Amino acid sequence: MNEISWILIEAGVKALIIIGMMLLVAAASVYVERKVSAFIQLRIGPNRVGPFGLLQPFADVFKLFLKEDIIPAAADRWFHRIAPVISLGVAFAVYAVIPFADYIVIDDKIIQFGIAPDVNIGILFILALTSVGVYGITLAGWSSNNKYSLLGGLRSSAQMISYELSMGLALVSVILITGSLSLTDIVRDQAGWRWNIFIQPLGFIIFLVSSFAETNRAPFDLPEAEPELVGGFNTEYSGMKFGMFFLAEYANMATASALIAMLYLGGWQLPFPPEWLGLQPHTLAMALAQFAFLVIKVAVLIFFFIWVRWSIPRFRYDQLMNLGWKVLLPLAIVNILITAVVLYILK
Amino acid sequence: MSLIDIAFYFFAILIIASAYIVVTSKNIMYSAFALLFTFFGVAGIYVLLNADFLAITQIVIYIGGILVLIIFGVMLTNRITGVDIKTGTMSKFQIWMTAILCVIAAIGLILIFTQTNWNTALSPTKASTIEDIGTLLLTDYLIGFEIASVLLLIAIIGAALIARRKTN
Repeated sequence: MNEISWILIEAGVKALIIIGMMLLVAAASVYVERKVSAFIQLRIGPNRVGPFGLLQPFADVFKLFLKEDIIPAAADRWFHRIAPVISLGVAFAVYAVIPFADYIVIDDKIIQFGIAPDVNIGILFILALTSVGVYGITLAGWSSNNKYSLLGGLRSSAQMISYELSMGLALVSVILITGSLSLTDIVRDQAGWRWNIFIQPLGFIIFLVSSFAETNRAPFDLPEAEPELVGGFNTEYSGMKFGMFFLAEYANMATASALIAMLYLGGWQLPFPPEWLGLQPHTLAMALAQFAFLVIKVAVLIFFFIWVRWSIPRFRYDQLMNLGWKVLLPLAIVNILITAVVLYILK
Repeated sequence: MSLIDIAFYFFAILIIASAYIVVTSKNIMYSAFALLFTFFGVAGIYVLLNADFLAITQIVIYIGGILVLIIFGVMLTNRITGVDIKTGTMSKFQIWMTAILCVIAAIGLILIFTQTNWNTALSPTKASTIEDIGTLLLTDYLIGFEIASVLLLIAIIGAALIARRKTN
C-alpha cells in the first residue's frame, strides 16, 4: 500500500462519516422545521411518533422509501432519474473543503478535521459546486415535461445565477481581508472575536440574503411557489426521488449555514480564550470543543432560516430580480471598493 | 500503473466519450448535457497538471456560466429539443478543406504535446498558483488583461442595450 492509497482510504472514511452526519442533520432540521412552524402558528406539530414526535423524520423517510416511484409517460426518463442525484450529490460534495475544527497532532501525525480543508481554492470550489447545483433543478423541471415543472426549473436557475453574482462579490471582500482562498485560513484569521461580521457587516447581510435565494428557501422559494406552480420543479416527482430533492434542500441549508459561520462568524473559533478551559492547541479536546461551537453556530443559523421562512411572505418574481440586480449587486460592488480603499490606506 | 495514471485515463476516456456524444447525438439536450462531462473531464486533467486555479475556473465559467446559458437557450426555444439535426451534405471542396484543416490541427496538437515541458502531479510544486497568476496578470500580461476587461465591458453594455425595453 503506498501513500496515495492511504490518502484515498482516509478520504473515503471521512466522506462516509460526513454523509452520515449530514443525513442526521437533515432529519433533525426537518423535525425542527415542523416543530418551529407549529409553534409559530400556535399548533402542536408532530407528537405521535416517539417521544415528542422525535422519530417523525424517520417515519417520513420510510414512507418515501415505500411509495411507488412514478415517472410520467412523456418525461425524459434518463434526465428525470439523474436530476435528483445531481442535486443531492452536489449538496454533499461541498463538504469536501469545509474544515470542522483545527487540525490535531497525535504522535507527530497531523489529522485534519475534514476531507481537504486546507485546499487553496476552497471558496472557489464551493462557488463552482453551487453553480453545478443549478443543473439538478433545471433538468428536473425540463425532463418532467410539465409546464409547472419547467417554469419552476427556469425560475430557480435564473434566481440562482442572479444571486450567485452578489454572493461571489460579497466573498471577494472577505478574501481581500484575509488574503487567502482557503477556508481554514479565513477561519484562523478570525481568532479572538475578530469575526468578519463586525468588519464586513454589509457583506454579511448581502451574503445572508443571497444564501436564502441560493437555497431556494422562503421568502425566495419561487421555484416551488405552491399557489402558482403546484409544486414547482418537483411536481412530477414521487417516492424517494422526491425525498432526494427534499433532503438536498435541507443539506443545502446546512451547507449555507456552515459557510456563513465559517466566513463571518468565526467558524470553529471559540468565543473565549481556550486557556479558560485549560485546552492546548491541536489536541483532541480542543478540536472537539471547536467542533461543538461550530455546531452551535450552525444550529442557530438553521433556526434563523426556519424562523424567516415562517415569518416573511414570499416575494414576487420581479421584486426578487430587482432586489438581486438593482440593490444587492451594486451594494456588493460598493462594499468591495470600500474594503479595498480601507485596506490600501491601512497598509 | 499508478493511481495518477488511472485517474488520467479515466478523465481522458470521459472527455473523448462525452465529446463524441456531443457531436453525434440527435437530441440537442443530450448534446448539451454531454458537454457538461467534457468540461468536467478537462477540469480533472487540469488538476492532474497541478493547475488548481485553472481547473476551478474551468468549472465556474464553462459549467456554471456558458453551459447554463446553452441549456437555457435550448429549454426556452420552442420545440428545438425535438428537432432532427441533419448533417448536411458537403461538396468535394468542403470535404478537402476540412481534411486539410484537421491534419494541420492534429500536427499542431502533436507538436505541443511532445514539445511542452508538462508539469505533472508528481513533480514538486508550489502550494498555490493563484498568487503567481495574479501577479503575472497585473505585470507582464497587463495589456491582454486590460483588453479582455474592455471587451467584457462592451459585451455587458451591449447586452443591457439589447435587453432594454423600447420606450417611445
